[in-house]
Formats: sequence, structure tokens, C-alpha cells
Amino acid sequence: MKHTSTVGKSNRVALCLLILGLSTIVFPLYMTVVIAFKQPSEMTTSISGILSLPKTWSLDNFREAMEVTDFWHSLKNSLVISVITVGLSILIHSLMGYALGRNKAHSKFYNFVYLFIVSGMFVPFAILMMPLAKQTAELGLANWAGVIILYVVFYMPMNIMLYSGYLVNIPMALEEAAKVDGASTWTTYWKVIFPIMSPMHATVAVITALAVWNDVMTPLIIMAGSGENTLPLAQLNFQSQFGTNYNLAFASYLLSLIPILIFYIICQRQILNGVTNGAVK
Amino acid sequence: MKNERKRTFLLITIPILALFVCFNTIPLIRGVIYSFTNFKGFGKYDWVGLRNYIDLFSDARVGKSYLFTIKLAVVTTIVVNVLSLILAIGLNSKIRAKGFFRGAYFLPNILGSLVVGYIFNYFFTYILPALADMMGISSLSTSILSNPSKAWIGVMIVCAWQAVAMNTIIYISGLQTVPEDVYEAGGLDGATGWKRFRYLTFPLIIPFFSINMVLCVKNFLMVFDQIMALTKGGPAQSTESISYLIYNNGMSGGQFGFQSANAVVFFIVIVVISVAQMKFSGSKEEQL
Repeated sequence: MKHTSTVGKSNRVALCLLILGLSTIVFPLYMTVVIAFKQPSEMTTSISGILSLPKTWSLDNFREAMEVTDFWHSLKNSLVISVITVGLSILIHSLMGYALGRNKAHSKFYNFVYLFIVSGMFVPFAILMMPLAKQTAELGLANWAGVIILYVVFYMPMNIMLYSGYLVNIPMALEEAAKVDGASTWTTYWKVIFPIMSPMHATVAVITALAVWNDVMTPLIIMAGSGENTLPLAQLNFQSQFGTNYNLAFASYLLSLIPILIFYIICQRQILNGVTNGAVK
Repeated sequence: MKNERKRTFLLITIPILALFVCFNTIPLIRGVIYSFTNFKGFGKYDWVGLRNYIDLFSDARVGKSYLFTIKLAVVTTIVVNVLSLILAIGLNSKIRAKGFFRGAYFLPNILGSLVVGYIFNYFFTYILPALADMMGISSLSTSILSNPSKAWIGVMIVCAWQAVAMNTIIYISGLQTVPEDVYEAGGLDGATGWKRFRYLTFPLIIPFFSINMVLCVKNFLMVFDQIMALTKGGPAQSTESISYLIYNNGMSGGQFGFQSANAVVFFIVIVVISVAQMKFSGSKEEQL
């Protein structure tokens, strides 16, 4: 009996500490929201001036921030890049994961290709960025299409590892049954294997989408000359235009965080599962 | 029938492999080639042999960026792993609203690190000094980001704020693999509190500990966004990470060739550290 009572007490302590710890996450977000809604005149140098609630909840800062950073256009670019990258990753990486996963155990060639691609995980972007900036410019790919191609290549090592790992659990008998019915390998893949891999598609979609949505470096290097922005890149490029108008800057930061926050609130469970699967497998 | 299968696999593999080679292997090789030239990023260039590599080791700025990056990676990795282990144990205990807490504590990870960096930049520049003034802590009354000996702490805090979220989730899934009867058996032997953690829990979650170590070290060695948003390498180049230096001086500073050599060395460092980590953790895994 004594045992249970100490557990109960330690849990209450844990709960209090967890609530306290949450303030480290809530505070920066609270700060972002109140500053984004305030007018510069309300920002006195004292703490209370900065952190008190705004006098009126006006959307003016947001309207102005949208204009300054060309918000809708950047949002559209970010959406297009993320959605196409995720779609292509699911199609291409699962297919490659299938081809390599089914053959690497008995074929030296496929095993080599597998290790060759997976070891791409160790290549830091720093060594690729200068040659890639040149190469994409030469190929006329210094735009969002080039960025998508690069993402499909960058996330290939990780995703192929995930897919071919998942494939181990899918028995060969399923494919053989389809073959008896006269289906080709290609049709068997799309009709039988691809649907079975859905849990892995979800994982790949989540980790690829999060990585792409928040990435700054690739668009910075590749799209710099195109005059186009993604949401994070717009924050970087318009930073100087906010000047000392922090209210405008924070309105813009908050705007750029809202899409991913909505996505997280809606698909929290899938995101947590996806991220955990991706890291642990 | 067998041939059809072989042909299909080849037809899948070859084009995708070609794509990978085009945009990963070839740029990598080009990077290595540039590292032996005095290329500025435009115009003509000459071969300079190992000149860049020799210069690299005598370049104070490069040396400083390696020291800063490694210091940041080591300290942040320790801070993040300690915090997230504690947090994971808390979130794995029998508490109310567990789902809510887990969701809330993961939130920092989904936010873009550049914007998070900007928000913290404001916090360090205006809020923290004002708070310190109010409480009479004079050492914090100026922005830590403008102090060459303290700016790295700001970068560390922002990196940790986001990374703790990810590591905690991984530790939680590790803690969930520890069966309850291990604790029960341990409880009979008198293992409680720290002892229980040290001799029962921790050995069983070592695989997850290794994942987190590898993830952390790799991510923090490549730190870029946070530097861009917080300090731009300053003050007095005290927070110039390797990636930032390569980007800054290589892309626009006319040091394309020289920074390519830097990038090659950086690449080797990453590979050596990652392989060493995996070897080390592979030898320490405990089987249940």
C-alpha cells in the first residue's frame, strides 16, 4: 500500500514540473502573438510594455506583413514544393526501396547500389551547395523545379532505408500469388505491394513534409536569383525591410508559422507516429 | 517470367540511380575538384594542388569556426540528452493528460528553425536584458548575442529548444519498450530511484540513446539556420559555424575553391564522427 501512495505523490510532482516546463514553450509563442498584434507606439522599453496584451486586437500588422513579404505567393510556392516533393518521394522512393530491398540480399549489384545511396546520408549540404548552385544554373533549374529535384535526391537515402526495411515484413508469397494470376512485376507492385506499404507512406510523407516545409538552405542557394520565395526564405529576404518595426516582423513570423501549426493540430497523432517511426527504424 | 522480373527491377533502378548520381555524386565530385583550384565562383581558375588544404590548417578563421561548431555540438548534445531523458521519464509516468503534454512538448520541433531563431533573437536582445535589469542581474543586462564570449550560449539555447522535442519523443518510445516486470523484479532487489534508472532502465534504452546521440551530433555540426537568424556569425566571428562560413565566404566571398576544400574536410569529419559513433554504440547495446 505504501508503494502506491509514493507513486501517487511522485506523479503529482511530475505533473507540476511538466506544467512548469511547458512555460518554456508557451512563453516564446505568447510573446510572438502579443507583439504581432501590437502597434509600435505600445512598445515601451519596459517588460510590461512589451509583454502586456495589446490594447486592440487589430489585424493591420498582418495585412501589412502580407503585402511586404508577398505572403500568398510565398505560401503558394511552399505548398507547391512540399506537396510535389512528398508525392514524388512516395512514388519514387518506395519503388526504389522495393527494387533494392527485394534484391540486395542475393545480388551484389543491388546491394552496392543500396549502400551507395544510403551512404549519401553522410554528405553534408555544405559540400554540395556550391557545385549545385552552379549545376542547377547551367541546367536552367535555378527555380522551384530544381529545388524539388534536389529534395527528391536528398531524402532518397533515408526514405529508401525506411521502405526497404519495411519490405522485410511483407511476405514474398503475396507477390507470387499475383504472379500465378499472370500479373507482371510492375502491376504486382502497384496493385499489391504499394498499398500494403501505406503505413510507411505516411511516415515518409510526414518526415519529408516537415523537413521540406522548414528548409531554408536549399531554396536560398538554388532560388536566390529567381525572385521567388518560400515562406521561410521570405522571412530571411525581407528581414531588412522590417527595420525596427518589430510588430510587423512578428506579424510576419506568426503568419509563416500558422500553416504548420494548423497542420500539426489536425494531424498531431500521425505526425508524432511518423516522426518516431522514421527515427527509430 | 524470371527475366521479366529482372528487367523490371533494372528499369526501376537505373533511372533513379542516375538521378541520384546527377544531383548528389557528381556535385560531390565537382566539389572535390574545385577544392584543388583557386576558383572564385566565376571566371577563370587555375589548379593550385594542395594549396587550399595547406592554407586551411593555418587559417585562423577556419580554425575558430571548427572550435565553435564542435563546442556547440558537444555542449548542446549533452544538454539536450539530459533534458529530454528527464522529460521523457516525466511524460512516460502515469500522469493525467499525457497525450496533451506529449503533443505540446513536441511543438517546437515542427516550427521552422529560422523563424524560431528570429523570435529568440528578439528575446535575447530586448526581453532578457530588461528582465535582468528588473531583477538586478547586471551580467545579463546587455544582450548575450552581442557579447563574443556569450553569444554561443544563445545559439545553444535555441538549438536545444527545438531538439529536446525530437529527442524526448525518441526516448519515450524507448521507455515504452521496457517491460513492467523488469521493474518489478528490480524492485524486489531494492532498485529504486537513481539506481533503478542507472542499472535497469538506461541499459535497456541504449539503442535509443545512440539514435539520439547520432542525430544530435550530426544536426548540430551542420547548424546553419539558427546562426543565420541569431548572430550571422558575429560578434567578432565568434559564432561562425562551419556551414555558415562555407556558405558566406564560398557563395559570395570569392573563396569558392578554398571553401570547397573546407567542405571536403568537413565531410570527412562528419563521416569519421558518424562511423565512430555507430561502432561505439553498436558495441554497447544490451540485449533483453
